[in-house]
Amino acid sequence: MTVSDFAVPAVFVFVLVYGLYKKVDIFSEFTNGVKEGLHTVYDVFPALFALVLSVGMFRASGGLALISALMSPVTDFLGFPGEVTPLVIMRPFSGSGSVAIFESILGQTGADSFAGRVASVILGSSETTFYVIAVYFAATKVKKTRHALPSALAGDITLWILSGLVVGFWFY
Amino acid sequence: MCLMCELYINNVLILSVTGVRFMMKYVFGGLCVFSLVFAILNRDVAAVSEAALSEAQNAVTLCLTLCGVICLWSGIMRVAQTAGLTELLAGAFKPLLIRLFKGIDPNGRAIGYIVLNISANLLGLGNASTPFGIAAMRELEKEESEGEHATNNMVLFVVLNTASLQLIPTTAAALRLKNGSAAPMEILPCVWITSLAALTVSLSVAKILSKRRRKAGLV
Repeated sequence: MTVSDFAVPAVFVFVLVYGLYKKVDIFSEFTNGVKEGLHTVYDVFPALFALVLSVGMFRASGGLALISALMSPVTDFLGFPGEVTPLVIMRPFSGSGSVAIFESILGQTGADSFAGRVASVILGSSETTFYVIAVYFAATKVKKTRHALPSALAGDITLWILSGLVVGFWFY
Repeated sequence: MCLMCELYINNVLILSVTGVRFMMKYVFGGLCVFSLVFAILNRDVAAVSEAALSEAQNAVTLCLTLCGVICLWSGIMRVAQTAGLTELLAGAFKPLLIRLFKGIDPNGRAIGYIVLNISANLLGLGNASTPFGIAAMRELEKEESEGEHATNNMVLFVVLNTASLQLIPTTAAALRLKNGSAAPMEILPCVWITSLAALTVSLSVAKILSKRRRKAGLV
């Protein structure tokens, strides 16, 4: 038993007990949340469908492998699994696109392989950088975002370099 | 939040989403066109044609997998939100965030929205964190506007949001389970380590660049 085994049940029990303590009708609130979840899935389905389809075709054509091969001099040097390169490229631009590529990588290498684990860490530790910057600054009159993008990308590059090393150190 | 705010936020979201859609047509088109080009070059068009049909089916399976985990999580998090857990977390993080955002009014509305946004992010409440974030940006603008230029605190806040603060990566875990992982959550410690490292680097770079530009008189 490790901390990762406890994370999900601990959150559930804590939230439900805290809800009862605060006299929340936890059953009806839970089911309302499920309804919201269904709406979320309904909203993302079309984009996800389009991208799973196009990424799948692109993989079958050998395109994904070509991108990985082109970047392999850099990724080999970093000890980073080449199969995950397309995910690193897509991640800052599109959430649905990254999920589609992530699924494609796991389907090929398996979830518990080195590449599968590194891909999971990348997807779990990053955000859709360009989208977030666009949405947040669009709410203001700001036109010069100054050092926002360089700082955010510095974090994304750190993640790219570290993910292979951390997974290698933790699991192997 | 008042109706006007919500209308405004919806308009902003629609505008930005249009921008992203504009880009997505090239991503989608590019992937499909290059699939055919590479398939012809590799002399294996049949593989692409087969992929189109099998991936269409896979997309539906994928959505059903995600549907399970999204419903489960939004159910739990709806309870958390109604019980006031976001506010509880916000109270705990406020002192830390006041120190991070130099010169912010510690009792102002901006910091209030910032802590709510960060707490919602930690809990993985994507739908709740974005409205709080947009409200925080607008309050920051009122408090310390520098016209067309982003202020240091605005940049810092956006950088906090481009780093992933979500404690439990539910989407990654659900797809790991779908693809036969023996322990979908085993990546948790690695996710925490790399997120924290990336966040530290982002914030440091933001702090360093903010000083350099100020000295050079570019702001």
